[in-house]
Amino acid sequence: MYSTILSGALLGVSAYLVSVEVDIAQGLPGFSMVGSLGGEVRESRERVTVALKNVGLTLPPRKITVNLSPADIRKEGSAFDLPIAVGMLEAMGYFKQGAAGNILFLGELGLDGEIKRVRGVLPIVREAAAKGIRQCVVPAANVREGAVIPGIQVRGAGHIRELLGFLEADREEDREGLLPAVQVSEEEPSVREDEENMPDFSQVRGQETAKRAAEIAAAGFHNLLMVGPPGAGKSMIARRIPGIMPGLTPEESLEVTSVYSVAGLLEEGTALVRARPFQSPHHTISLAALVGGNASPRPGMISLAHRGVLFLDELPEFQRAALDSLRQPLEEHKIQICRAWGNVTYPSDFMLVCAMNPCPCGFYPDRSRCRCTDPGIRRYMGKVSGPILDRIDLCVELQPVDIAGLKKERRTESSKEIRERVQKARERQKERFAGTKCRFNGDIEGTNLERYCPLGREEQALMERLYHSMQLSARAYHRIVKVARTIADLAGEEEIGTTHLMEAAFYRPSTEYWR
Amino acid sequence: MEERGKTTEGIRILKRGDREYPGRLQEIPGAPEELYVLGRLPEEDRPTVAVIGARDCSEYGRYVASGLGVSLARNGVQVISGMARGIDGIGQAAALDAGGSSFAVLGSGVDVCYPAGNRGLYEKLKLGGGILSEYPPGTPPLSHHFPPRNRIVSGLSDVVVVVEAREKSGTLITVDMALEQGREVYVVPGRVTDPLSVGCNRLLKLGAGLLLDPGEFLEEVWRICDSRRPEAGSGRAAEQGAAGEGGRGGSRGPAENPAADRLAAEDPALAAVYRALDFTPGSVDQIRERLPAAFREEQLGASLIRLCLEGLAIQVSPGQFSMKGTD
Repeated sequence: MYSTILSGALLGVSAYLVSVEVDIAQGLPGFSMVGSLGGEVRESRERVTVALKNVGLTLPPRKITVNLSPADIRKEGSAFDLPIAVGMLEAMGYFKQGAAGNILFLGELGLDGEIKRVRGVLPIVREAAAKGIRQCVVPAANVREGAVIPGIQVRGAGHIRELLGFLEADREEDREGLLPAVQVSEEEPSVREDEENMPDFSQVRGQETAKRAAEIAAAGFHNLLMVGPPGAGKSMIARRIPGIMPGLTPEESLEVTSVYSVAGLLEEGTALVRARPFQSPHHTISLAALVGGNASPRPGMISLAHRGVLFLDELPEFQRAALDSLRQPLEEHKIQICRAWGNVTYPSDFMLVCAMNPCPCGFYPDRSRCRCTDPGIRRYMGKVSGPILDRIDLCVELQPVDIAGLKKERRTESSKEIRERVQKARERQKERFAGTKCRFNGDIEGTNLERYCPLGREEQALMERLYHSMQLSARAYHRIVKVARTIADLAGEEEIGTTHLMEAAFYRPSTEYWR
Repeated sequence: MEERGKTTEGIRILKRGDREYPGRLQEIPGAPEELYVLGRLPEEDRPTVAVIGARDCSEYGRYVASGLGVSLARNGVQVISGMARGIDGIGQAAALDAGGSSFAVLGSGVDVCYPAGNRGLYEKLKLGGGILSEYPPGTPPLSHHFPPRNRIVSGLSDVVVVVEAREKSGTLITVDMALEQGREVYVVPGRVTDPLSVGCNRLLKLGAGLLLDPGEFLEEVWRICDSRRPEAGSGRAAEQGAAGEGGRGGSRGPAENPAADRLAAEDPALAAVYRALDFTPGSVDQIRERLPAAFREEQLGASLIRLCLEGLAIQVSPGQFSMKGTD
C-alpha cells in the first residue's frame, strides 16, 4: 500500500513542489522518515501519529516509511504534517486511491487533529498553480492568502476529520459543500485602510522644510536622512511617509504579501497586504535580523520593508556591520543570502529613511548651547559610514519646535493632498521609464543621467558653479540632478530649471559635516 | 623625518637677557628663561595686539576676528595669538592674508603643529611672522602647557583684544595675565543673551576697554605703543596715513555691502531673504518666519543656495544658514 501526496516548500520567497511518499508494508512495526529532513519535519512523526490516534484512526502495527522528494534539498517547517497524514490515510485505505491526486496539501497538525496555520502559503500555492495543479487544501487560517492566486481552487480545512469527509466524498458537489473553494476578489481591501486612524501629515506642526523633503523623497523614491535634536519630530514625519506614497499596485501587493507570508507575519484571515510597509527596527538589531538570515534563512527587516519605508532611528547607534550590510540591497533592491547549502534571494526594494542627532548632545551647530567638542562631533558623525551616506539623496535638518509654533493655528496640508502631488510626479516617472529597469528617479544611474535629466546651458553653468563652490563629488553631482528631476516632476515641468537644481543642492547630504 | 630635520634647523634659542630677546617680554614677571623661535620675532617699534577668544566661536566672532585681523594688518600692527582653533587662528590668518605679520605662541615645541587642523596657518606663520614657544622642540601639546603659554601671549602684546568668551573661558586666564603685566585689555561686546559673549560682557562691566570702532581702536593702540616706548615713535607718522585710509576695513557691515545692494536691484525677493539672515545660524523655518511676505518653500531653499553661491551666506549645517562673516 503506497501513496503519493503533493506538497510544497519554500526557497527564499519562491517555492518548489515536494511529493510526500508514504508506504505501509509488512514487517516489524515502525515509522521512519527520510528525505533530508530538518528538526521540525522529523518531529512531524509524533504529531501525525498522535493526531490520527486522537481522531480515532489507529495506525496499523506495520512498517511505515515516509519519503519527501526531492530528497537532496533540506526540508524545513511544519507544513508537511498534513500531507504526511493524508498519505498515511490513503495508504491505509481510509479513502479511495487517487481521491487526493493532483491536490496540494499544506498544514501543521495539533495533537487533537486541528489543522494550524503555516508560513509561506502564498508562494507555494502560486508555484502549484504555475505547475498546473488545480486544487489545494491549506489551513483555514491561511485560506484567504492562498485564494488570491487565480486558476487554482483553494480550500481551507480546520480539522483532519473535516478533510477526511471531503476526501471520502465521491461527487464533486458533495466535496464543494464540505470544503468550499474560497474566492477573494482583487478589489476587496483586506487590510482596511482606516484613513482616520492612519497618522497624517496634518498632525505635524511646523517643520515645513522637512515635510517638503519627505514629499520629494516619496515622489522619487529617494533615500532620506533627517538630522535634528530629540523631540523635533523626526520619527513623526518618518511614520507619515508611507501615507503620502501612492497605494500598492496589485503586483506590488502580491510581492509584499509573499514576503510577509514567508516570514509568517500575515495576520489571520488576511488575503493581500494593501498598506505600504513601514518598518522601524530598534538600533540594537543584529545584522541577520536586518538583512535576513539564520541557518534556514527568513526575510529580514529590509525585506519586510519591501516597497515601503525602512526607518532607522538613531542611525549612528546601529552596529557598523549592520549598516554596511545595507549597501548591496540599496543598490540592487534585493538581498542574496548565501549559506553552505545554497543561496536564497529576498526582495528588498525599500526607501531608506534615517534619523540622527547632529551631535551627542543634540544641539550642534547652535554653539551657544552645544558643548560638544569638534572631535566628539566628528566621532559621532563618523559612526555613520560613508558608503551609506553616499546612497542618501536628501538630507534635511530639523530644529526643535517651540511652544509658540506648536500652538499656531496654521492650516497644514493633509497626507491626501500631498499624496495627490506625489502620484502625479510618479505618473510622469512611469512615462519616462516605460520599458526600462528604472522605476523612479531615485533609480537613475550615473550612466543614464544625461538621457533622463538633460540640462540646458544655463543649468549646466549653474551646476558647474555649484560643483566648484561646494566641492561636490561626481556622486553628489548626480544626486543633485536626480533630486532636481523629482522636484521638476512635482512642479509638473518637463525641463529641469535652475531653481530646481538649487533646491536640490539645498537638500544635498554634505559630507563636510561628517568628515 | 627629513622634513622635521629641516624644520628643526631654523629654530633659534634666545636666553633671557639676550639682546634679541623681546623687550616686552623682558619686563614681565615670570618671563621665560629660554625662548624658541621659528621665523621672525615681533618688531619692537611697531605695536602688537593679541586677538584672542573662544575656540568654538560663532559666525559673528568669525566676522569680527577676521575684520580685526585685516584692519590691524593694514595699519602695520602685529597680531599675536595662540594659533588655536576659532578666534585665535581666524584673526591671525586674516592678518597674514592681508599682508601683515603675525606671531603665534604655542603650548608645544615650535616644530609641533597643534591643532593639526591649522597646518596651513602654521606654514604661513613661518613665512609671514614667527612661531614662539618656551618649550623645547618636540614637546607635545600637553594641557598644562597652555595656561603658562598665555602669559607670553599677553606679555608680547601692547593690547589684548577679547573677541568672544564664555563665562568660564581659558581666554580669561590670558586677560588676568595681561592685567598683571599692566597691558590694556579691550573687549568686543556681544548680545546679553549669547553665552559666547557672557565672558566679554562681564569684562566690560569690570571696566575693560570697549572695542566699537576699529579706527578709534587703532589710534588707541598707537598711543599706547608710543607711550610705552617713546624712543621708538619714529615709525608712527608713516603708519598713521595708512590707518586713516584703511581704518574702517574691518567694520564693513551688511548694510554697506555693495553686493547686497546690487542684489536688491536685481532680485528683491532674494534681497529679502538676505536681510532675514543673521550672524547667528538660523534654520530655514526660522528664516521664513522673518520674511515679510509669504514665500513658497521651494524658493527659499533655492534662494539660500543662491546666496551661498554669491558668497553672501554660508550653509553652517544642512539646514542652517547664516550671513557670511569672512571675506
